[in-house]
Amino acid sequence: MDIHALQQIVHKTRDARRKQTIPKFSSADRDQLIHKYHPDFRASAYRPIAFGPNESDKTVVELAMLLEGDSSIQDDLDLTPQYTADVLVIGGGGAGCAAALHAHGAGAKTILATKLRLGDSNSVMAQGGMQISVAPEDSPVTHFIDTLKGGHMQNDHALLKVMVEDGPSIAKWLLELGVLFDRQADGNLHVKKGGGSSKPRLLTCSDYTGLEIMRVLKDEVINQKIQLLEFAAAVELLSDESGACTGAIFKDLDNQRQVVVAAKAVILATGGIGRLHIQGFPTSNHYGATGDGLCLAYRMGAKLAHIDTFQYHPSGAVYPEQLIGALVTEGIRSEGGQLVNAKGERFVNELDTRDVVSSSIIRECEEGRGIRTMSGRVGVWLDTPLLDAEHGPGTVEKHFPAMMLQFERFGIDISKDPVLIYPTLHYQNGGVKIDTNSETNVNNLFVAGEASGGLHGRNRLMGNSLLDLMVFGKRSGLTAAGRATAMKQGKLTLKHLQGFRAEARKHGNVSGVISPMILPAYTRKVG
Amino acid sequence: MATDDTQNVIDQPEVLKPRMVTIEIAGKKADVPEGITVIKAMWYAGIDVVRGVGCLGGFCGACATYYRTKDDPKVRTCLACQTAVQDGMSFTMMPPFPARKATYDIQTLQDPKQDLFNLYPEAPLCRNCNACTEACPQKIDVREGVWKAVFGDFKSVSEMFMDCVMCGMCTPVCIADIAPNLVALYVSRAQGAHFAEQPVGLDTRIKEIQDGRFNDEWNKVLKMNDKELAEHCAAVK
Ligand SMILES: Cc1cc2nc3c(=O)[nH]c(=O)nc-3n(C[C@H](O)[C@H](O)[C@H](O)COP(=O)(O)OP(=O)(O)OC[C@H]3O[C@@H](n4cnc5c(N)ncnc54)[C@H](O)[C@@H]3O)c2cc1C
Ligand code: SF4
Ligand code: SF4
Ligand code: FES
Repeated sequence: MDIHALQQIVHKTRDARRKQTIPKFSSADRDQLIHKYHPDFRASAYRPIAFGPNESDKTVVELAMLLEGDSSIQDDLDLTPQYTADVLVIGGGGAGCAAALHAHGAGAKTILATKLRLGDSNSVMAQGGMQISVAPEDSPVTHFIDTLKGGHMQNDHALLKVMVEDGPSIAKWLLELGVLFDRQADGNLHVKKGGGSSKPRLLTCSDYTGLEIMRVLKDEVINQKIQLLEFAAAVELLSDESGACTGAIFKDLDNQRQVVVAAKAVILATGGIGRLHIQGFPTSNHYGATGDGLCLAYRMGAKLAHIDTFQYHPSGAVYPEQLIGALVTEGIRSEGGQLVNAKGERFVNELDTRDVVSSSIIRECEEGRGIRTMSGRVGVWLDTPLLDAEHGPGTVEKHFPAMMLQFERFGIDISKDPVLIYPTLHYQNGGVKIDTNSETNVNNLFVAGEASGGLHGRNRLMGNSLLDLMVFGKRSGLTAAGRATAMKQGKLTLKHLQGFRAEARKHGNVSGVISPMILPAYTRKVG
Repeated sequence: MATDDTQNVIDQPEVLKPRMVTIEIAGKKADVPEGITVIKAMWYAGIDVVRGVGCLGGFCGACATYYRTKDDPKVRTCLACQTAVQDGMSFTMMPPFPARKATYDIQTLQDPKQDLFNLYPEAPLCRNCNACTEACPQKIDVREGVWKAVFGDFKSVSEMFMDCVMCGMCTPVCIADIAPNLVALYVSRAQGAHFAEQPVGLDTRIKEIQDGRFNDEWNKVLKMNDKELAEHCAAVK
């Protein structure tokens, strides 16, 4: 059928739906729903990891293969460094920029190396906002409780406490750098309500929160003259005799040469895994989200946490084809956008946590109440015109300019017509286990941001990631700088890699792939 | 499992039978399926793209591209990850342009509106050609922004350039060697750091945390065992 004909049901049922309230699921119902429909519970997608720090823990096959994968580096590579630093930051997203700025500010000689350009990352795309408890009726404790609830009580309490408590001072730091958070009429920070939160707590910069923060942080990294290595993909870490981290080896993607960097402390801020397309899902993530940091840290002996759970954002675009997987911000649902199945019915409280909303969308589609596309995809409607109906014409355009423009480019006006959505692979809930200084169980190896694990439990609450980046970027940067300026550079060896290879051989070199992946293989090879 | 009801299926004949179109990538002809994005067309044609791809979501500006459609002399700009190819289209990615970025310490500026002229002395030399506005894939009125910056209306500039993805396409076209996006970035940061109101509530909250106002509540919550904590969480609506 013509898409407009299919959309009629959404227009026709709008008025009736507006009056309807849908309660959130009881915790028993919610567990049942998730177990039945959430991709994290699809047993056939998982297998135990054969060896290493997380031996016999289960994760998705796509990741298990990479974790067990071999390095591209020869054991006998000449390790004379081309660059030396006190602190080496790997990754140029939000966590990496924050880490580099704080390490540099604390007086450490800092190098920031990143795979693509500075800022090409998931961080620039964050639209929904950043959770910080600034409102008078809110508190860090309430933020803690909401997050814990969203994370199925599995969050690391110590990490979570420092995140919520550091939040307000992070907002202050960003404001002083010139970040333009939305304001109320009285000059106070405007807060929006986010899914799974009991209080409005989202700080926003229109629907460009990540972009605005990244524009400012990138500019500051350049102004501070922090040494940058762009198009430098980390392919291996370096260790001394005691197993502490002492630097990294990069591949220069412009000339394919290997570059050795010696550093007293290394901060991995390499972000997520969306481009592994786990279980065949499309993704909202950037080009370089291939889980590199997990592989690098794992080979060094760092323990991973919660790597069996991923976040499938409820609203990834399904139509038009060109936008498949692209994110339709949760902000739309925060402002009252409803989810509607092919029969014109709502089926979930739109502001429930992401795992619940995603599971319920999958349920609707599997039970035949979805809308299908001819490329074999399926989805449900997100009633975007409802926002204009509810809050006055022009609301969608004013509050979601990025979203409007993205669809407008393909001839779709989301203020007039609903959007077809289905869950998209969005976020890695777990990652490398860290302590409150962002350090791993490997000495002088820090991990910050999406690559780290423990903080978010089994489901990250929306808006908590941007705060995570800033808080643990800062903590890793300061701790690494403090330590590095007071110690000598350790030896550069590949001992850890020799050990890892011996283990792999013992287990029959099962993986057969080289990791990290660096970039997904999208280029068509034949044809 | 998909159902067998065929009612709720969107018509997309182009998906069932993709029509192949002929395009030109950096002057070289290639046949690709109609409607895929410019970046996907390059991958389809067997071209590895490293420089030129970043977020794939229309936010990072890495994929700035010049293109022309069939028989139209006008060369336009687009973000390659956000634009569909059509028959006869011809495109080339924009190489990185060596624009000069001024460096400054945003927090210690004494007179940000005056400092603009020291940092970017070329800004007031705008000759009003409007080429920057025409080049902007984000539809920002770039020319107007440059004038507003020069006249000290920093607030408007910061609002106008919220959509700026720093693709830099406004820069090579400028006959006065202005980099409008970099000017706007400076102006926006100065607006935030110097001219925006101090949010009083934020300072209060920071002080409350420093003074330990939430300590009792923390002690209560952190002492709970798993069961108590779960019940406490369940009680929060
Ligand atoms: C579309 C989208 C919307 C989102 N919206 C929100 C939101 O509203 N609120 C919120 O809180 N969170 C949001 N998130 C989540 C959040 O943006 C990310 O979790 C977060 O930005 C991750 O930051 P990061 O610094 O850890 O990683 P990234 O920002 O992804 O940066 C990782 C960096 O490391 C580089 N890198 C990777 N591998 C290597 C390597 N081997 N060598 C060198 N460099 C490497 C990458 O190129 C990149 O520069 C969103 C995510 C997406 C994708
Ligand atoms: S203002 Fe310039 S840099 Fe910004 S989006 Fe427009 S063309 Fe790109
Ligand atoms: S291109 Fe340069 S000279 Fe022309 S209007 Fe823009 S800023 Fe002015
Ligand atoms: S790749 Fe980031 S805007 Fe196109």
